[in-house]
Formats: sequence, structure tokens, C-alpha cells
Amino acid sequence: MIRKEEIEHIAWLARVALREDEKDLFEQQLSSILDYFAVLDEADTTDVEPTYHVIGITDVVREDEPKEALSQPEVLRNAPKKEQGYFKSPRIL
Amino acid sequence: MVTALEVVEGIKSGNISCEELLLQIYERIERSELNCFITLNKEAAVREAREVDKRREEEEYRRKKLLGVPVAVKDSISTRGIQTTCASKILTGYVPPFDATVVAALKKEGAIIVGKTNMDEFCMGSSTETSYYGPTKNPHDLTRVPGGSSGGSAAAVSAGETILALGSDTGGSIRCPASFCGIVGLKPTYGFVSRYGLIAYANSLEQIGPMASTVTDTALLLEIVSAKDEQDSTQIKIQNNASTNYCFSWLNGTRNEREEIKGMTIGVPKEFIEGSSPEVERSVWDAIHKYEDLGATYGEISMRNLKYALASYYIIAMSEASSNLARFDGLRYGLRTGKDEDWHTTFSRIRSEGFGEEVKRRIILGTYALSAGYYGKYYLKALKVRTLIKNEFEEALKTYDILAMPTMPFVAFKLGERIKDPLSLYLADVNTVSVNLAGVPSLSIPCGVSHGLPIGLQLVGKHFEEDELLKAAFVYEQNIP
Repeated sequence: MIRKEEIEHIAWLARVALREDEKDLFEQQLSSILDYFAVLDEADTTDVEPTYHVIGITDVVREDEPKEALSQPEVLRNAPKKEQGYFKSPRIL
Repeated sequence: MVTALEVVEGIKSGNISCEELLLQIYERIERSELNCFITLNKEAAVREAREVDKRREEEEYRRKKLLGVPVAVKDSISTRGIQTTCASKILTGYVPPFDATVVAALKKEGAIIVGKTNMDEFCMGSSTETSYYGPTKNPHDLTRVPGGSSGGSAAAVSAGETILALGSDTGGSIRCPASFCGIVGLKPTYGFVSRYGLIAYANSLEQIGPMASTVTDTALLLEIVSAKDEQDSTQIKIQNNASTNYCFSWLNGTRNEREEIKGMTIGVPKEFIEGSSPEVERSVWDAIHKYEDLGATYGEISMRNLKYALASYYIIAMSEASSNLARFDGLRYGLRTGKDEDWHTTFSRIRSEGFGEEVKRRIILGTYALSAGYYGKYYLKALKVRTLIKNEFEEALKTYDILAMPTMPFVAFKLGERIKDPLSLYLADVNTVSVNLAGVPSLSIPCGVSHGLPIGLQLVGKHFEEDELLKAAFVYEQNIP
């Protein structure tokens, strides 16, 4: 079970504003999905290590040499709001 | 429909005009009711085709392995100068300033990008119904889904709206639509193909892979997209492409394929078959018996942890998604609507308007699974169960060369049939997701038809043994009526 207040809290943490109808729908749907996830409680994972990546990954480093990168206009081309060569953000404080 | 190999040969010998081929394909697309594409690349593609026709005899062009071959690219893969939306409103209008490594590799070998294919929004779905651009329809029955999330790519190959296509597979997104549309689709071993330029959904699970109408074309495309890349630190560096190079030349040669399969051992995990519809079960067993006739042997096995795969997969995928999709904030690219208020309010509003319902559902569930108090119960537990499943696959693949099972437990379902009940849609992925958890390679190949709807056989192999899978699929393809 997940309550509507919990969904509101999680939605705030995730920075996704939900409409009232979405909250009602999700309350019911997410509860049944979480019920289904409870099947994992049956699995015996005593002394089992978690698998974050299936293939052993080691650090890969290349030579630290300057290379050609995207130009400033290319980087800014998709920005919805920009000013003097910068991305323009909403007010943070 | 011609194969990629025939196209390359035909263009090089002057028997096929690349421009005419492209124009035929665009004509088919423009008449089509399927909605396979979000964005077409017609002008540039036809221009490139003319260039190919003009220069086909030059040494540089003769060396290109995909000279003039039309390839459709899933809209989750970045293409320089061509809109890339991931089928989401939030990325509508986004034009990447760079090519994904796989796209650069295609261009280097002379392939021509037809356009960007429709998909479930951010790859989240198994039916291509969650796309902001409307669903794609199944070419075998317009009232049914093509599967997903790479539904546009699969339907386009099946309907002759391209010759080859690229998909991406996080939990079955290449194999499911390949199965529903009756084509071949391969999900490579995790780490085999560079993910640079693939818009991330769940990084630890996903791979880009080839989709085609024949096994040989699949091998050819895999060989090209598995080019090494220093921009993806998870791509395995120790291997070069020996495995696929060998496989493609073998498939394209004149070897006696029957000899290659003699003595091959096939494991058939009963848990993968149990939930299937009777016609799917029958077709898959027919295929296994066909392998037996050709000299392979099989044994039935049990994979007891399979029942945990779906929950483990969805928890991991949603958790990774909730973190990955935090980058969509309307600052550097993407949707930015209304008047700016404070950061948090603006950010929340843009994401609310830009993401579809399924994406929101997964972000919320993923955030929940990672939040204080639930991390151990859901996320960490799912990762431990993942270890159990991975071990079980590795164990089975010590005894058997490959595993065989249905790709999907049923044939393509009706548009609208499952979309209102997300859990019922998740349950359809039961046979494909475990493969991504284990990171092993897997392909789907057509193995029958029920009332005009294709059925797919899923083969699973050992890490980095794509060649064994392709060989087994090739022998089957060559020996069915």
C-alpha cells in the first residue's frame, strides 16, 4: 500500500508535479505494483552480494590530451533560454 | 524484400540504383498507416543516395560494408542534425549536436539514415503505445501492437519501410517487437556495443542492437555497430570484434551449416515455457525438435529464481530511470513552458507537462524504491536477486551451449488491450527481462505463425558468444520451409 500523501511527497522529491487525477490513479496502480514487488521477500539472499554491473568494470582512462570539443554555439543551440553565452536558469534562491 | 547484402552487392555492381531504392522506401513510408517514424531524413538521405550512385566505383566507396543501405534508427539514439525525441514531449525539437558512436559507425560504412523510429516514451513500455507521437501499428494486423519499445524499428523492417534498423533493449525492447513483427532482433552482451549517444533509461541493463529480416543481415549490422569506442567506459576493451567478424564471414560464406550444429546442446528452461499460450508453446517445441533433427540435443532444465526476475528488473530499471531522467530540467535542452518562477516550481511544472503517464509512474516508483527506509527492501534486495538470476544463467550455460524459449508468452495483443493496466503490461516481459539482468546475449527469430501473427523463438547464449547464437539462428532459418 502507498498512500496519497506519500505519493505527493515522493513526487516532490522527484520534482514532478502531479495533477489530482494522476495522484488518485497512481495511488491505486502503484499499490498493486508494490504488492507484486513483494514477491522478492520470499527470495533467500542471505550472504548474496548485490550485482550493480554484470561485467566486471574497471576504470578506463585515456591520455589527458586536449581534443576538439563542441563549440559554444553548438552547445547552446538547444537551450530554450540563454543570455550572453550562458544557459539561463530560473531563480534558485 | 531485398536484404542488406543484396543492396550492397547490387549498388556496387550497378544493378541497383541507391536513389531509386530510397525513393521507393519513402513512397512506402508516406503511404503507410503504421506510424513507424517520428522524424524522416528524406532530403539528406536522397542527396547521399545520389552521391553513392555517382561514386560507387571509387575505391573508398567499394570498401564500405553498408554502402547505400537504408537504416532506420530508434529515436532513443542521438543523430547529429536530426531531431531526437525519445518519443517524449519533453524532447520535442531537440536536435543533437553529435552522433551516437553507433550512428557514426553506420555512416562510416556508407549506410543511409532513413529516419528516426517511433518507440515507447523513453523506452518505457512493451507496445509502443506510450509514445507522445501516437502508437505504431503491427504490419500483420493493424488493430494490434507491434511490441515495444522498439516498435517503430521492427514494424519498419517488417513492412519494407527500411532494410535494417537499430533498436535498444533494456528489458526486451528489441526482442519483443522482433517477435511480434516477425523479424530477427539481437540484444548483445552487456558491454559489447557502445552506449555513447543512447539516451539513458537504465544504464546497467541496456544495449543497442541490430534488427533485420535475415540472420546474416543481423550479423552484418552487429559487426558494424560493435566498433570500439573510448567514450563508453562500460564497453569491454579486451575483446576486439573477432567474434562477430568471424560469424558474419561464416554466415556469408559457403560452409555447410548443418555440420556446425551437430553436437550443439540446447537447454530448455521449463519456467520460460509454462506461462505461454498453447500455440506459442507448440511452435517453440517444433523449433527445438527441428534443432534435434539437425543434429543438436536438448535437455529440460529448471531455473527456480525466474519468478523473481520481473520484480527485480522493474525495481532496478525504475530506480536507474528516476536518477537518469533528472537531467530533463528544461535548462540546456527540451521543453520550457510558462513564466519562470523559483527553480523547484519551474522544474516540477516542466517535467509534469513534458513527461507522459508511464514515465511519471516509473520515476515515482524508482524514487520510492531508492528513498530512505525502502532502499534495502526494494533496490538492494533487487540487486541481490539479480545475482541469483545471473548465477542461474551462468550455471545453465555451463552445461548447455545455448538456451531456447519463447520470446513472448503470446502473439501481439490488441491496441488498447493492456495499456490501462500497467502491471499486466509489465507481466508480458517475463521472458525477456531476466536476460538483461544477467547481461547475456539473446536474439529473437521467427518460429511460426498463429492466425497470421508471428511467434518468436528466443535463443540465449554465453557472455560475448554472439557468434554461437547467430550460427544457431542461421541454421534454423536455412532449414525451415
